[in-house]
Amino acid sequence: MEPNFVKGAKYEKWNPLFETIATFAFTPKLVTTKGAHIRDGVDLKRTMMMVIIALIPCLLFGIYNTGHWQMVAELGNRNLPFWENGLNKFWNGSLIVLPLIVVSYGVGLGIEFIFGMLRGHSLHEGFLVSGMLIPLTMPADVPLWMVGVATAFAVIIGKEIFGGTGMNIINVALTARAFLFFAYPTSMSGDKVWMAGTETTKVDGFTGSTALGDLATFMSDKPVFQNLNGFTSEYTLSESFIGMIPGSVGETSTLACLIGAGILLITGVGSLRIMASFFVGGLAMGLLLNLMGGNPYFELPAVYHLVIGSFAFGAIFMATDPVSAAQTAKGKLVYGFLGGLLAILIRVLNPAYPEGVMLAILFMNISAPIIDYYVIQGNINRRLKRIKTA
Amino acid sequence: MSRLVSIHKGLDIRLQGLAEKQLKILPNSRIICISPLDFHGLNPKLLVKEGDSVKIGDPLFFDKTNEALQFVTPASGTVKSIIRGEKRKILQVLIETSENQEYKNGSAEDVSKLSSEELKTKMLACGLWPFIKQRPIDVIADQNQEPKAIFVSAFDSSPLAPDYNFILEGREEDLQTGFNALCKLTKGKVHLNIDAKNDSALFSNIKGVEINKFAGKHPAGNVGTQIHHIDPINKGEYIWTINIQDLVIIGNYFNTGKLNARRTIALSGSEVSEPQYYNVLIGTNLDGILKGKVKGNHVRFISGNVLTGDQKQQNDYLGYYHNQITVIPEGDNYKFFLTKGWLGLGFDKFSNSRLFPTFLLPKSKQFVLDTNTNGEERAFVVTGELERVFPFDIFPMQLVKAAMTKDIDGMENLGIYEVAPEDFALCEYVCTTKINIQDEIRKGLDIVAEECL
Repeated sequence: MEPNFVKGAKYEKWNPLFETIATFAFTPKLVTTKGAHIRDGVDLKRTMMMVIIALIPCLLFGIYNTGHWQMVAELGNRNLPFWENGLNKFWNGSLIVLPLIVVSYGVGLGIEFIFGMLRGHSLHEGFLVSGMLIPLTMPADVPLWMVGVATAFAVIIGKEIFGGTGMNIINVALTARAFLFFAYPTSMSGDKVWMAGTETTKVDGFTGSTALGDLATFMSDKPVFQNLNGFTSEYTLSESFIGMIPGSVGETSTLACLIGAGILLITGVGSLRIMASFFVGGLAMGLLLNLMGGNPYFELPAVYHLVIGSFAFGAIFMATDPVSAAQTAKGKLVYGFLGGLLAILIRVLNPAYPEGVMLAILFMNISAPIIDYYVIQGNINRRLKRIKTA
Repeated sequence: MSRLVSIHKGLDIRLQGLAEKQLKILPNSRIICISPLDFHGLNPKLLVKEGDSVKIGDPLFFDKTNEALQFVTPASGTVKSIIRGEKRKILQVLIETSENQEYKNGSAEDVSKLSSEELKTKMLACGLWPFIKQRPIDVIADQNQEPKAIFVSAFDSSPLAPDYNFILEGREEDLQTGFNALCKLTKGKVHLNIDAKNDSALFSNIKGVEINKFAGKHPAGNVGTQIHHIDPINKGEYIWTINIQDLVIIGNYFNTGKLNARRTIALSGSEVSEPQYYNVLIGTNLDGILKGKVKGNHVRFISGNVLTGDQKQQNDYLGYYHNQITVIPEGDNYKFFLTKGWLGLGFDKFSNSRLFPTFLLPKSKQFVLDTNTNGEERAFVVTGELERVFPFDIFPMQLVKAAMTKDIDGMENLGIYEVAPEDFALCEYVCTTKINIQDEIRKGLDIVAEECL
């Protein structure tokens, strides 16, 4: 088969496609030519596959959770027992989530292939992870065409114009989400989008709001709950930790995210520095707000901030994207800490954006080169100082 | 007072086929070869033509840019052929060795009575100088520079490396003379860096030098690592280095007045049936060593170690600086993704990452690695992996990127003067991108040498 695709042969321009499929099925017979004669077993395919494996707990839980809240919206009963009718919920959830995944991968990989063929290289693996992250950050009720448009935007503007995998400045999956968030705000926030079927439910007065949405009302004139106790009994800490709350498809379960974090840390794919400092940053901001007090939202126990919304998901899967994060060891600590800090700051103090994690990480993506610059400059200065003292 | 330096970063690649401590002394091979390509950046001008008869120590060619620097023949006989490549570039000078080995006239000298200049002139003329290399740039030392120190590593920590304690047993006298010569060449210190685990009297009794002990994984034995931790190089400074076996050749010359350019090399690697040590002449034909010793029929012959050596054919010649021959399987076959490929379990893959279960296996397990790259070239995505095997206060990925983009200021700032390509060998091994990092660093060094020195 291969001779049909080599340079000068009949199907030369389809070589990237052929190469992608061939190298997927077989590690190619490339051998070392210069330098080290042996090479480590790692390659980008395996690295990326580990991230996808780490996302599976979030995905499975997300499917179930989506099915659950769809049923809730249908019946108009927010107190529906979570673990009953499991198969049914999982099936319904699959019908909502799997199309999101298909659209995301279909559009993204299609564009990647076109760029690959234009540039004459096979598919680079970065999008395998982005394509899974995008649906997991979407509200269940988002129209499929929006997912397609957002993915196209993210892949072209967020990544390919910079040169493809490894060259992007900001996280690709978050670019997709941010694009929808600003282009179609009504489909990305509010209390109508988090549960599939909220808009069509026939139950009067039913609200599909999330924990963060409800919390944000504390900052307005018409809070949903009279005080914090009302909130904490609606969203208990353990339920929030397990993820039995409405939210974007894959983000609700801190537990599933932590299982993913375990996989990323054991295999060494995810950076412990970034994850840990992100959590510390979030906790620090939460505690600072607790100290200030004066408003129920400010007084929300800091631990709550870590388990609601997309905080854990962002810290573990988004902030750790090695391409857009800081690249130096010290830089990673600063990057993670500031990211966590900002996420909670935006979440609490800016009622226009109930969730701050996405914006915080995007902001830190853009700041990461500056952080690295100072870390590297420190190293350079140490070297210069050596000359002066010598 | 010796100093102990512990190296915490690095990686010992556990390969099968370590040489047994048995020595076989081989006679001179019929043909030997001195290749100008073994000396990076050399611009050779021939002094012999085909059919000339030569004695040991007769010059074969010299460096056009530094005419005092002569390269001599380690064997007597006739110049059989001079092989040239494109643009008449000299690739190899082949010498057919004669039955009786004759030495060019020379006499034993007391190094301590020579001045530094006399010593340099002598070493340049009798072909000993090419053994001395300099940092920065990692080329043959420029005799007109003043080195701030000279570094000698007494051990090699690279995969399947030869054991100098075994090789140099009984050569105390030549070693001491060699070090006496080095002490004459610098106003600074001569550092002898020994293995903290294998602390033999052979090296610790050397006089006149500063002895430092190094502990840790590879690259603890690389002289570049040692320089960085003892006396790092700043812009404008020079440090000279020499392999300890080559130093013995120098010492032996001054003790006997004869150039005995023989060294003991380790024949190693998973495809060698009887890995052991051989005493051979520099530039020896590999076939004489390898014949009947190679197990597989599709293998790669490497003059040097698996990380930094040169690819050779079975009838090629030993590289000028090499102390080792390694034979490993070629890897030019497809590997199905679920069994041996990228998604397989990977118990047979030695990896510094924890993506493969290598890290769970006992430390005694040894691996057979082939020359497959295990993946295609990609952009830099993963961060922090090079740092884990790079025991320098230098940002490796940033420096490699600066070299790749020919950013001279960037390279200078990030520490290009302190490194040689071999220091990046492990980075190249572990890197997910499969980029030829050593080659990029070499190109970067060449640019810096041309523009800044």
